[in-house]
Amino acid sequence: MSDTLHIQHEVASHGHSGEPHMHHHKETFISKYIFSMDHKMIAKQFLVTGIIWAIIGGLFSVLFRLQLGFPDQSFPILETFFGRWAEGGKIKPEFYYALTTMHGTVLIFFVLTAGLSGTFANLLIPLQVGARDMASPFMNMLSFWFFFAASIVMLSSLFTQTGPAAGGWTVYPPLSALGLASQGSKSGMDLWIIAMTLFVASQLLGGLNYISTILNMRTKGMSMTRMPLTIWAILFTAILGVLSFPVLLSGLVLLMFDRHLGTSFYLSDIFVAGQALPNEGGSAILYQHLFWFLGHPEVYIIILPTMGLASEILAINSRKPVFGYMAMIASLMAICVLAFLVWAHHMFVTGLNPFLGSVFVLLTLLIAIPSAIKVFNWITTIWRGNIRFTPAMLFAIGFVSIFISGGLTGIWLGNSTIDIHLHDTMFVIAHFHIVMGVSAFFGMFAGIYHWFPKLFGRFMNNTLGYIHFWVTLACAYLIFWPMHYQGMAGMPRRYLDKSSWVSFSQFHSLDAMITVATIIAFSVQLMFVFNYFYSMYKGRRVRSQNPWGATTLEWTTPIHPGHGNWEGEIPEVHRWAYDYSKDGRDFIPQTEPVGEDESAH
Amino acid sequence: MQNFLIFAILILGFIITFQIARASEFVSVIRGEEKTRKQTNKINAALLLVFLIVGMFGVYWTQHTLGDKILKLGTSASDHGILVDRMIKYTLIATGIVFVGTQTLLFWYSFKYQESDKRTVYYFPHNNKLELLWTVVPAIVLTILIGFGIVYWYRITGAAPANAMQIEVTGSQFKWEFRYPGKDGVFGKKYYKNIDEANDNPLGQIWEDAANHDDIYESGQIHLVVGKPVKLIIGAKDVIHSVGLPHFRLKMDAVPGTPTTLWFTPIKTTKDMIKETGNGKFVYEIACDQMCGAGHTGMRGEIIVETQEEFDQWMASQKPKYVQMKEAAAAPAAPAAAAKDSVAAPAPATADSITAAGAAKKDSTAK
Repeated sequence: MSDTLHIQHEVASHGHSGEPHMHHHKETFISKYIFSMDHKMIAKQFLVTGIIWAIIGGLFSVLFRLQLGFPDQSFPILETFFGRWAEGGKIKPEFYYALTTMHGTVLIFFVLTAGLSGTFANLLIPLQVGARDMASPFMNMLSFWFFFAASIVMLSSLFTQTGPAAGGWTVYPPLSALGLASQGSKSGMDLWIIAMTLFVASQLLGGLNYISTILNMRTKGMSMTRMPLTIWAILFTAILGVLSFPVLLSGLVLLMFDRHLGTSFYLSDIFVAGQALPNEGGSAILYQHLFWFLGHPEVYIIILPTMGLASEILAINSRKPVFGYMAMIASLMAICVLAFLVWAHHMFVTGLNPFLGSVFVLLTLLIAIPSAIKVFNWITTIWRGNIRFTPAMLFAIGFVSIFISGGLTGIWLGNSTIDIHLHDTMFVIAHFHIVMGVSAFFGMFAGIYHWFPKLFGRFMNNTLGYIHFWVTLACAYLIFWPMHYQGMAGMPRRYLDKSSWVSFSQFHSLDAMITVATIIAFSVQLMFVFNYFYSMYKGRRVRSQNPWGATTLEWTTPIHPGHGNWEGEIPEVHRWAYDYSKDGRDFIPQTEPVGEDESAH
Repeated sequence: MQNFLIFAILILGFIITFQIARASEFVSVIRGEEKTRKQTNKINAALLLVFLIVGMFGVYWTQHTLGDKILKLGTSASDHGILVDRMIKYTLIATGIVFVGTQTLLFWYSFKYQESDKRTVYYFPHNNKLELLWTVVPAIVLTILIGFGIVYWYRITGAAPANAMQIEVTGSQFKWEFRYPGKDGVFGKKYYKNIDEANDNPLGQIWEDAANHDDIYESGQIHLVVGKPVKLIIGAKDVIHSVGLPHFRLKMDAVPGTPTTLWFTPIKTTKDMIKETGNGKFVYEIACDQMCGAGHTGMRGEIIVETQEEFDQWMASQKPKYVQMKEAAAAPAAPAAAAKDSVAAPAPATADSITAAGAAKKDSTAK
């Protein structure tokens, strides 16, 4: 396989003149930066596309928060930019729902699935298991370009006459199936389905590649139980994706049939806009089963990689092995298995059979056990460590804090007795934004700050990193903590103006505060993006191969690794990834053979 | 102009921040990176501790300011809601303890074990006893929560008592409609293709079914009797809606084509609630909880809970939809009726409409 590799020239600093595997092959701009098959370049492509989507999706949330925070005020600037969608500077309901729907779709799928897994799976798998590239670099490239195509289609849906999909990110039929029921269910919905189809193809190409690379291409000595937890987390993420995304696709295909071919998979007994439709015998609930069979694993697809990133970063910066390595793997595995068995907890109030409901309560709350194990293990990892607060480390600590806060409310909502009251209220919004939105972002930021030196051979600016962390952490709690109270008042989600309600109109000033916090948080993220691109070109240079003093293989590559990662032989691995502060040594790289007088762990 | 100013200030603020950030990098190079790093480390460690303290105060303060704006635990207006409130209370206690404990440890350890030249790190890769402990303890606590949850869940979702009052609820974009079975206690059959709002048949009732003749139709508001169980039979005409009853702590989706049910016993009248909340405008609201289109926010219904006498009085003043339909049909059709005498009389008209609605074949009303 190494024969076909194109090794970049950039790193000419080492004098390995007689390398048998190196071909001095000239790369063009297109083969290096655009249709690249180098996993590191593909990781960067995923990351940059993810960043662009995150800005768009984040901006959407700022726009609809303006409506929520200041429902009586008009913002003429909105009309300037959005025309008839915001006539008189007021966001129209159709526009509001289009914004929330696209905010959810973009952030969940395009940023926290593709942007997150795409970046770190591509970057870290070959580098940390010791492979020159992915099992199939070509499929890997296709994976990005399918994602890119999905992005283009989704983006184009924003510009259609009737607007993008507007039925919520879950696009439940019949609302999403009937153009008569909602503007957003017209051409925007078709584009949504097409984009998601391309997206699923991208995920499968990527996921199969990740799994086969991890299973087959580990370097000599890299047994499964010597792999860093990042790789374990990515492995389980990929398995989840490969098994659940096709189910979503099948659900969407049936939806497309219902929309255009006159089938009745999801439609029955419908009288809409003054006319009775011919469809009878379908079940709208069927879609929800198909959707949540992906939809629930999806939240673990988002959170598992960040659990891996956080574990790694906490260990490195505490200068201590991650506590309970095997328990961490076991809990990842338990989460992965249980993820498939809990989907109906999103459907407790759909008229689900109560017995079935109780089974799902049991399985759902079981997930709290592996999650609790992970939290306790993380806390024990930093206990009696010697902690260096790099921006990455702060974000990893913030990740644990946020994950605890959001995870605990999962115990509320997973219990059907409570869910029957809190389902579809602002409490749910608070819960999932904290546990999989903000905490996944914290894990992702930690990963970006930590591996930026590997990506670009430069550091990001630390001061901006610290400001980014503290403002984001404070705003995350300011925005989402009080939302639990709105939920406890029974306030439904997806209400854009509560003034006509007796029960929900008491939170005026709170909503305004949340909106201000959102704007601040968003500005700070823009600062992060600036830091990212500025540091790419002007950041402090990395001068040592292993700037964090880490044990894993990626830090044995040159500062600017070429395509193929290692010059010469791929190093052999002799130990697990977490020998920090062992036998009086700060760290022992995985490549170092076990000494004779070394203590066993 | 104002927008421009805000924008300019933001840009300026950003440039200043960036310049400081860049300068700090230079300074650190001059002063020695290692020294600067250690100093920043101390600042961040201290801030983590500050965050814990301020954060915990924030938790208290949020409760202090927002605590009386929510539905207080234990004040539910239905029997099932009391179970829900109790479940929330147990869960709040369990998760609250874990929240305070783990957050405190996390931030405290972060502060306490900040980098110091004097510290030797404790190499501690695993400990079976500890790991077993924090597998078993959460498992036990969760088992208790699951136990209560499932028992309450079965009580809430179990069969409604035989004496329960039945009301059919129908959601559509963007309103709630209701039907009482009338004196016979039986809902007449309906079929969605019979829906005809212009001719007084918003629910698609099949008029030739005599059980329909005394069914009472209501729009936007229903009346319930305090202390009397009520069973809602819930459906939808167009898209999925959800009957959200925050004060009763209950909720059930309204799905087109698949009827669902929900039952409970209201235990406080509207007047009781006005007194209890001190809000003269208080009314039980039905909130649509499932995204149903552009008017979702305004999909509001009302419930009035009253005593049996008040309810009977109200019910006596209601006219069945069938009668309304007949009267409306009679008024403009009066001249035509002169030619065809039979139209105004109820019985033959029923016979007429049997042929008209002959296609009706489906009974979508849950019994």
